[in-house]
Amino acid sequence: MKLGILFNGIVAAILAIPLVRYILSPVSHGRKGAYQSWFALGDLAQFPAGQTRLATYKNPYVNLWDGMTGDVACWVRHIEGANFQVFAVNCAHLGCPVRWFPQSGLFMCPCHGGVYYQDGSRASGPPERGLFEHHYKVENGKLWIKAGEMPTPGMVSGIPGGKPPCA
Amino acid sequence: MRLIKQLGEWFDARLQIGATLRETAEHPVPRETASWFYVFGSAVVVVFILQIFSGIMLALIYVPSAGEAWNSLQTLNHEVTLGWFARAVHGWGSEFMVAIVLLHMVQVFWFGAYKYPRELTWVVGVFLLVMTLGMAFTGQVLRFDQDAYWGLGIGASISSRVPIIGPPIVNLMLGGPIIAGATLSRFFALHVFVLPGLLIAFVGLHLLMVIKLGINEWPMPGRIVRKATYVKEYHELTNKDGIPFVPSAVWKDLFFAAFILLAIGACAAYFGPFGPGGEPNPTIIQTAPKPDFFFLWIYAVLSLLPPSMETPALLVGPVVGIVLLLLLPFVSSEGEKSWQRRPVAVLLILLLAVAFGTFTRRAEHAPWSPVMDAWSGKPNPPQFLRNRTALERQGALVFQAKQCHNCHALGNEGGERGPALDNVAVSMTRDQLIRQVIQGGGNMPAYGKNLSPAETTALVTFLQTLRPPGQRPARDAARDAANGPAGALSSPVR
Repeated sequence: MKLGILFNGIVAAILAIPLVRYILSPVSHGRKGAYQSWFALGDLAQFPAGQTRLATYKNPYVNLWDGMTGDVACWVRHIEGANFQVFAVNCAHLGCPVRWFPQSGLFMCPCHGGVYYQDGSRASGPPERGLFEHHYKVENGKLWIKAGEMPTPGMVSGIPGGKPPCA
Repeated sequence: MRLIKQLGEWFDARLQIGATLRETAEHPVPRETASWFYVFGSAVVVVFILQIFSGIMLALIYVPSAGEAWNSLQTLNHEVTLGWFARAVHGWGSEFMVAIVLLHMVQVFWFGAYKYPRELTWVVGVFLLVMTLGMAFTGQVLRFDQDAYWGLGIGASISSRVPIIGPPIVNLMLGGPIIAGATLSRFFALHVFVLPGLLIAFVGLHLLMVIKLGINEWPMPGRIVRKATYVKEYHELTNKDGIPFVPSAVWKDLFFAAFILLAIGACAAYFGPFGPGGEPNPTIIQTAPKPDFFFLWIYAVLSLLPPSMETPALLVGPVVGIVLLLLLPFVSSEGEKSWQRRPVAVLLILLLAVAFGTFTRRAEHAPWSPVMDAWSGKPNPPQFLRNRTALERQGALVFQAKQCHNCHALGNEGGERGPALDNVAVSMTRDQLIRQVIQGGGNMPAYGKNLSPAETTALVTFLQTLRPPGQRPARDAARDAANGPAGALSSPVR
């Protein structure tokens, strides 16, 4: 009887280890940094200096059946020259999509009323920090960003993969 | 008839459960429990069965794939014969199920039914409540539209705030780095396999305990629950003055369950299915996601809490709430059951009901959200423009163009994030208005960088006209003393 229980326990453990690893694979995969990568967001001509525009991209990490959920939006602020800021659309409060109002120079969130200035810093409302920023670089006349993971308030410094470039 | 009887006997000779079933059905229950207050539990079981059947019907068409789910819902709504009705029954069934589970819980608490020896029945019931809410949330996700998409984002943002393990929890919840196919698949697995399986098991356990321990007697003031004597007293009550559950008590259960099914069918036929709303395209950001009815109160609480309280309340609040519910029958397992002798319990129910109602009402209205199109879609009411100078009207234009209207109402139109400005000139002087506009503060952004001096002058001049007819604008008494009461910068009374 005891031997039988022990035997079953050992077999269960042998089976459980790979299955638990399977369930945790979204976590272990992300830890290797595999979700983040550099890609070209678009030609510089798409982002006139002094303006903030919505840009969309196909997430670098997608499955075939993700459909339109693989498309992601971000706000690109071209300050001047090679100076940019690329914000995730997700509000730093609870992730709703913020909208840009060029007339008042504010990002407003429709959910709980978070408001940010044009440089992404917090203006008012419930967010505890400014908008999430993506790393960017300018190469060959294109704007490149490093992205791939939806930013959430709990991430270290709020941005996947390190500190924002302009911090 | 004889054939049916013979068939029944044939099966019972082999199954040997007829006597047990009859005994269970006819077990004596206290006379007063044949009451309309005792019908909620059985109604939940009936609605749950309806949910299982209507859910299986939806699964015949629904495609749990991020790329196809929304289209398959449209097909159900518009192409499959009566597909809309199947969706509507499942959707309204879920609303009724949560509502009746809550009513059942309130009744059990109100009647002190959680006390000895039914503590474990209550504990299992708390788990059933959590699972029912889990079904409601995961079901909202399967209705894979914009609300579902951004609702998942909100869930992820909340989960990410758990110290240290927050981000891994997000990856685990989403099944990857973003809300996508893997996310929908795992919520499908939860909604269709995991939670219903657990629910069936726990409902069985819950019912078994109700039958084994007997239904709670009608609470009488002065009839005290004592562990030493309760079981004996209960059996005396049921044996001396009991009635058989079938048929004396069960007819009310049957009647109420049928009434609820009829109500679900009527709501489904009249109001139709829930959504789906806009397609779950993350690049369409013109959306203001809202949760389903039973989660609206959370939406309100999240908006009204001070930011510093939010993370602790989000992470600790639910745990504390569930632990308190689980501890309740152990803290108060003896004593009075009657609501007439339990004023705190009655007040608690009232308080929670009022809080739930108030928060839900506020969330339906959502005064904390800016009205995103007020600046372009809600014109400045004419009474604020009539007989105004050119500069004042220029200020009214600035008010619209700079999105002030999104957060401030004028003539009951526009946002309510900030105060309504109909009478602002009475409470703030010109200097105070200028400072507020330029520097912001008190939950208002600073507009200093985005208003030219001319625009600020025009805007503030317009704001100074916002006061009841015949009333002067607010004045700075110290300045009046220094410069004389001319109020040189204020506009004259009209």
